[in-house]
Amino acid sequence: MNSIEISHLTKKFGNFVSVDNISFNVKKGEIFGFLGANGAGKSTTIRMLCGILAPTSGDATVNGFSITKETEKVKKSIGYMSQKFSLYDDLTVGENIDFFGGVYGLYGAQLKARKEWTLEISDLKGKENLLTGSLPGGIKQRLALGTAVIHKPAILFLDEPTSGVDPISRRNFWDLINTLSSDGTTLLVTTHYLEEAEFCHNIMLINAGKIIAGGTSKELKSKFIKGKILEIESNNPVTLMEDFTALPFINDISIFGKKLHLFVNELYPGDEQLRKIAYTKYESEIISVNQITPTLEDVFIHLLEGSHVK
Amino acid sequence: MLNRIMSVLVKEIRQLRRDTKLLIVIFTFPAFLLVMFGYAVNFDVQNIRIGISDGAKNEMSRQIIEYFSSSDYFLLVSMPDSPDDIIHLLDEKKVQAVIVIPSDISIITYGKGKNPQLQFLIDGVDGNTATIIKNYFNLVVTKLNSQINSEILAKYGRKFSAPIEPEIVLWFNPELKSTRFLLPGLIAMILVVTAVVTVSLSLVREKERGTIEQINVSSINNTELLIGKSTPYVAIAFINAALVLLAGYLFFDVSVKGNYFLLMLTTLIFLFASTSIGVFISVISDSQQVAFTAATLVSMLPSLLLSGFIFPIESMPFIIQLITNLSPAKFYLVTLRAIILKGSGLGTFYMQLFYLIIFGLIFLGLSIVIRKKESVSV
Repeated sequence: MNSIEISHLTKKFGNFVSVDNISFNVKKGEIFGFLGANGAGKSTTIRMLCGILAPTSGDATVNGFSITKETEKVKKSIGYMSQKFSLYDDLTVGENIDFFGGVYGLYGAQLKARKEWTLEISDLKGKENLLTGSLPGGIKQRLALGTAVIHKPAILFLDEPTSGVDPISRRNFWDLINTLSSDGTTLLVTTHYLEEAEFCHNIMLINAGKIIAGGTSKELKSKFIKGKILEIESNNPVTLMEDFTALPFINDISIFGKKLHLFVNELYPGDEQLRKIAYTKYESEIISVNQITPTLEDVFIHLLEGSHVK
Repeated sequence: MLNRIMSVLVKEIRQLRRDTKLLIVIFTFPAFLLVMFGYAVNFDVQNIRIGISDGAKNEMSRQIIEYFSSSDYFLLVSMPDSPDDIIHLLDEKKVQAVIVIPSDISIITYGKGKNPQLQFLIDGVDGNTATIIKNYFNLVVTKLNSQINSEILAKYGRKFSAPIEPEIVLWFNPELKSTRFLLPGLIAMILVVTAVVTVSLSLVREKERGTIEQINVSSINNTELLIGKSTPYVAIAFINAALVLLAGYLFFDVSVKGNYFLLMLTTLIFLFASTSIGVFISVISDSQQVAFTAATLVSMLPSLLLSGFIFPIESMPFIIQLITNLSPAKFYLVTLRAIILKGSGLGTFYMQLFYLIIFGLIFLGLSIVIRKKESVSV
């Protein structure tokens, strides 16, 4: 069963096409990763799915309701948390929960129970009277998530929920996301931390408003990365990167700090030969060669550079 | 619905309670205006500084000098001798007017020859004051003339009598005090500024901080949000209006002649119109700075200049008179003066109230249209 079904969704701002005719489905209970560079159209898509931005053309259903015709019903089915974790810094923790619970239509005993739950998941029990502005980023983010799901929505949209948060908090946050998912909540998450995308059941890659790839992490890697990936360390990575493009056994090269990732094909002559070529032909020394398993980052860069060439 | 409105309202009050700076501004602003318009701005002309150049130095001239120096309106500060001295006095603004008594002042011609001329030189830079001084002078000369006439007639055993005697009764403001006239305008201005500025700022703040997104995806609708958010500020404006009325009673002796319920009703309608301007501004501005500037300009200037608060609308050019209709304070002011000063009933100003409601609906409607067009939220 699909929680979200998107068909030919398009959003134009004047002449600028932010989202260009995209279609995909999100299954109930899955964590769906929506990846792309800044300005690729991720937030615009999410805002359309939340019913706060009208699409130029196309439509989508969220929890079975049309985002163009039944926005009020859509709003009752969803939770939303943006990169800014929209909490009121000048309200206390408890007051923030009261407010968001209230605008989502909770009151009385129900609100009280959900307040307890929110305090628990954000590690803020007994700290209800602290001003939200004084909380550290990670805690604030958990509180924001708690307030976004206070009304137990069927679908939760998270728009870059972990930007600006330290790695440990990010890890804890993903534990929380997994818990929500196993409780049956459908999650659509955008992120540009690619290691986070590995936690997603399904991934969609968007660039300049268009979908360029989709599938599970495993599928993406096997589909787009042919041959081996070698990580080499060199004293001269930048020039070597340019020099290597001329070699027939190298399909693609990307640079990661001082290291280069070479996407080699079946013509690859072996590590010793590579060192020799580098030394004699390009006067660069290769310090180490290791074969690595491809990451999503490799897939990503490979795809994005491919789309540039086109 | 009520629950959602209450959560917004409670949240807004909680935020406001912590925003000490804003609270101080909201409550000191009326006090500042009250002191300024109640004490500093005074349109009653008194203590006009005058100089008298006495060229006659006889009984008649002494009588004229006595006349001016004993009046509350004038303050004799100088007795210049030469024309040069007179010019200096006026140039250096030491006096606002100079009276030149000619040497032939006491020669009475009985209409047969040229009458002696009493010259008044008035500093005309401040036209308003100059006109008032001119009127006082005319009055004084008329009195002098009738006094001289009655003295002459008395010599022949006759009594001087004026065939027509004016009987002037001043209604509503018998002492012609300008504070009585200004106070309703002051209330209107304080209300419109507080309502427009606070409402627009509180809405734009949500936009600026991004919290509006979170509210937009929730199940609360625009009407609930707007009611919840503006109610606390309408209440504050109400309190302010009550405080100004109280201060007006205590310090300026202005009491409400009419019905308090009517006063509250019209005030509520006026606040609705003002709030709609605040909402409109919040829709078209993206930052608190822009909203604040727009809100103060749009609320303060028209209510000061175009509402009839200080400058009478009847004496404005036709085009400007048309523009004054953009200031809701103009219509509220009519009702306020009617209720406070005259004690009139609804019959005299229902049209004004009707206009205020239409005004508010137009601005709220415009705000919704613009919002929808931009597809961005309040």
